[in-house]
Amino acid sequence: MYPANFRYTKEHEWVAVESGVGTIGITDHAQQELGDVVYVELPKPGDRVEQGKTFGSVESVKAVSDIFAPISGEVVEINESLKDAPEKVNQDPHGGAWLIKVRLSDPAQLEKLLSATDYEAYAGAEK
Amino acid sequence: MTSAAALRTTPLNSVHRALGAKMVDFGGWDMPVQYSGIIEEHNAVRRSVGLFDVSHMGEIEIRGPEAGAFTDFVTTNHARKLKLGQAHYSALLYDHGGAVDDILVHKVAEDHFFLCVNASNQDKDYGHIRAHNRFDCQVDFASERYAQLAIQGPKALATLQKLTAVDLAPIRYYWFTDDEVAGSPARIARTGYTGEDGFEIYIPPGEAERIWKQVMEAGAEFGIKPAGLGARNTLRLEAGMALYGHELDASISPLEAGLDWIVKFDKGDFVGRDALLQQRESGLKRKLVGFNMSGRSIGRDGYEVWLDGSAAGWVTSGSPSPTLNRNIGMCYLPAPRAVPNQTIQVMIRNQPVDAVTAPTPFYKRAK
Repeated sequence: MYPANFRYTKEHEWVAVESGVGTIGITDHAQQELGDVVYVELPKPGDRVEQGKTFGSVESVKAVSDIFAPISGEVVEINESLKDAPEKVNQDPHGGAWLIKVRLSDPAQLEKLLSATDYEAYAGAEK
Repeated sequence: MTSAAALRTTPLNSVHRALGAKMVDFGGWDMPVQYSGIIEEHNAVRRSVGLFDVSHMGEIEIRGPEAGAFTDFVTTNHARKLKLGQAHYSALLYDHGGAVDDILVHKVAEDHFFLCVNASNQDKDYGHIRAHNRFDCQVDFASERYAQLAIQGPKALATLQKLTAVDLAPIRYYWFTDDEVAGSPARIARTGYTGEDGFEIYIPPGEAERIWKQVMEAGAEFGIKPAGLGARNTLRLEAGMALYGHELDASISPLEAGLDWIVKFDKGDFVGRDALLQQRESGLKRKLVGFNMSGRSIGRDGYEVWLDGSAAGWVTSGSPSPTLNRNIGMCYLPAPRAVPNQTIQVMIRNQPVDAVTAPTPFYKRAK
């Protein structure tokens, strides 16, 4: 369920790092808790995000939820396709519905994040 | 936070859990907020048929030779004008004109009125009604005797008709009949909280699970879906219907909520009448009005509403509208501005976001 090469936060975001760029999304557990996603608010390329700080929000029919940056860095790309198809967050949260890509300013921050096994246990216990 | 053990449950709790529903604490009740997804359930009701467990709703019965006079005294609508087998929307008020609850009143017999009240208000309602009983009526708290299912949508009649011998088509909107559903005694009312055609049936709690399953089977050919409180909320909001605790509460009068049509000043005295007359004479300070968000943001319950650069009111309910594919809501504004086509700003996370006031209902079914 939770890709082993991702790192996770207790706020239910994931990050997958490749060549110094982290792709960030929300977890399957998060999308299930939210229900039908209808709107995703994201920063702009060039904006800076900071580990543990909110950088956007995901809205479902029922609720709005802040998204917190798993790592710090500069936004290099956002997922434009979510503008017209926010429901992708429910369908493919660990893949096609990634939110933003960030150039990491401090890769050591990854050590503070949860492994897939630890996150799965954490999310399971929260239910 | 309330622990799950302390929550009240309906006779269908295990059915919801077996269906994989997401359960929430709704005013002290462990209730399904969604099964397959709010939008899918919402659309099933608009396009075909959905089934809701609304057994958490309370029932109170008023009996006695003066039952009509007492019901008229303790509610705002004109109960004595109801015919046998007819129901109407009404409200219980405090002396100061604020709402104790909004309710449905059914006239079962000349000396018997049946009230359906909100789940989280039922104990308060019962106490309130008894406290005003100068009419020597018998007031019974009957919630334990009834489970309630709502079968709603254009295919509701065709679904329920399979389970009852009574001809449902002649039952008019806001009328009811006492008969049988699936061999069990049932009060079958053509009422609902969705803006669609449909029925609400009051049945013995011990029969609820069996009847739920039979309704699901009867509706299978129409693609019936179990629907939770999430869809119930988006459906009623599109239909411009009030939800107690949002559009109406102890500090809000039915006049402010735009419910003048259930307040009958000419029927004689009733609890809260003087306060409402005074409000009417001195002019209402605030009124409820609908709004459409101009962009993609959603103005949600409790958000501040600004007019001309200053805070002027608040959002009572706000949500995406699955039917209309835009973001809608209702809010309180100073009365002179609580009219359609006013530009307002909803404060969404400290950002003013444009919206335009609009008439309600947002959605009206084709008849």
